[in-house]
Amino acid sequence: MRGLSVFNIVSLTLGFAFLYIPMVILVVYSFNESKLVTVWAGFSTKWYGEVIRNEAFLDAAWVTVRVAFFSATLATVLGTMAALAMMRRGAFVGRTLFSGMIYAPLVMPEVITGLSLLLLFIAIGLDRGVVTIILAHTTFAMCYVSVVVSSRLVSFDQSLEEAALDLGCTPFQAFWSVTLPIIAPAVIAGWLLAFTLSLDDLVIASFTAGPSATTLPIKIFSSVRLGVSPEINALSTIIIAIVTVGVLVASVVSKRQIAAARRDEVLAARA
Amino acid sequence: MLRVFTAIPYAWLFVLFLVPFGIVLKISVSDYAVSIPPYTPTFDLAAGWDGVVAFVAALDFENFVFLTEDDLYWKAYLSSVQIAAVSTGLALVAGFPIAYAMSRASDVWRPALMMLVILPFWTSFLIRVYAWIGILANEGFLNQFLIWSGVISEPLQLLNTPVAVYIGIVYTYLPFMILPVYASLDRMDPALLEAAEDLGCSRLSAFWHVTWPLARPGVVAGSFLVFIPAVGEFVIPSLLGGSGTLMIGKVLWEEFFSNRDWPVASAVAIILLLILIVPIVLFQRHQARERAA
Repeated sequence: MRGLSVFNIVSLTLGFAFLYIPMVILVVYSFNESKLVTVWAGFSTKWYGEVIRNEAFLDAAWVTVRVAFFSATLATVLGTMAALAMMRRGAFVGRTLFSGMIYAPLVMPEVITGLSLLLLFIAIGLDRGVVTIILAHTTFAMCYVSVVVSSRLVSFDQSLEEAALDLGCTPFQAFWSVTLPIIAPAVIAGWLLAFTLSLDDLVIASFTAGPSATTLPIKIFSSVRLGVSPEINALSTIIIAIVTVGVLVASVVSKRQIAAARRDEVLAARA
Repeated sequence: MLRVFTAIPYAWLFVLFLVPFGIVLKISVSDYAVSIPPYTPTFDLAAGWDGVVAFVAALDFENFVFLTEDDLYWKAYLSSVQIAAVSTGLALVAGFPIAYAMSRASDVWRPALMMLVILPFWTSFLIRVYAWIGILANEGFLNQFLIWSGVISEPLQLLNTPVAVYIGIVYTYLPFMILPVYASLDRMDPALLEAAEDLGCSRLSAFWHVTWPLARPGVVAGSFLVFIPAVGEFVIPSLLGGSGTLMIGKVLWEEFFSNRDWPVASAVAIILLLILIVPIVLFQRHQARERAA
């Protein structure tokens, strides 16, 4: 390593300033007394009070969390199955179609995914609401989960599974007590990714949500169209804070797990 | 067990991905009608074979012809591709030096820098776009700053112009450019550069002959990762672009929600997909080649 040149330091400073200044401004001005968002008029936490008292926001937040929880859980189960099917099975009838269907939603424009699912729900007469958003989010999130889990399965020593089978495990027991614990970090990472994707999604939710279910992004989008408001700044700050804490905790936990796994490997090598 | 693990996600994706796509295809060749659902023909099973014949006979490519006749759609497709291409170029110019500097940082700093790049990716997309409205507005922070510093005397019109859309796309997709470029630069052995300089290369030609070829797979992957989603983008043009910026994602949305013309919205979706198939296939091939290498 030859250390950083002036050019490198300038690039990093400007780059991170570009990435973070908009969010810093948003957070700072959420504590602004004034209703005018771009004029500073003193420190206040009153907009947070407004957010917490706003029933519509709270209802939407509750819908969003429920949708994210159920769709992430379903997507994790389905995505993990799909990853195992892709990585562990050789040729089977319809494999090309299967892998196509797993990768296509990753690159499909959201407007098309949303439109096509809505047309399906209408065609089969399913009332739009929480259930339809969960189905829609599960469908695109499972593809992300399967990519995350597949990348873990690639670097996985398959002889461990074979050993379990030789020792008399049924395939399911081998999966449950050998494979799953080893791929668990990737499965958890996949769940977290699916959860945030669902929390964040506006376009697909707008197509598949009925009048009975409004998610937080839909709510934010419709009020943002009317312009910037200190209330939305406060709400955004709360969301940014939750995500930041979540990501930092997750990365510390995963680092500890990796460190523990390395220690075990070293000990095993010495023994 | 693996059979079951294949069958369940297979069935799920078949019903919730392939079938809906078939429905879009079918509605795109149907006609608009003032009814519920707002298109004809609808499939009538009770009529038996005659029903199938009548159904197929009523399908046509009118909506696609309509798309070619009204130049709104042409312009929207072209400007989406152009905006996405320019934004991809800008993201590369902004992202490459950051990835390059990250790859040269010490091992102590690298995890922290990675975290700083990934963190915005986890933060709500909508909120990150929203943050720019307050910055780019006429009385916003950027204009306030520029007037205060004496660069301009009148506020610039930035919000509701294509410039705001470029900024929005570069801002939200920058991590997608930085990460793959960083990944390929990170594998580079710094001794290669030293060797090139020892052998008499100038810094610039060492960069051009050593660093750039090694970074190219990351640059290609990053460019596709920015370009493909940017073409169909809806949130950024509708919040930052105003009525002056035409993008196809927004046209599809309005065709569906405002005009309630489902057949035309479906036809717009099919054409958008046809436009994206070329970069998607190229991207898949590139990734497959990289994995093989």
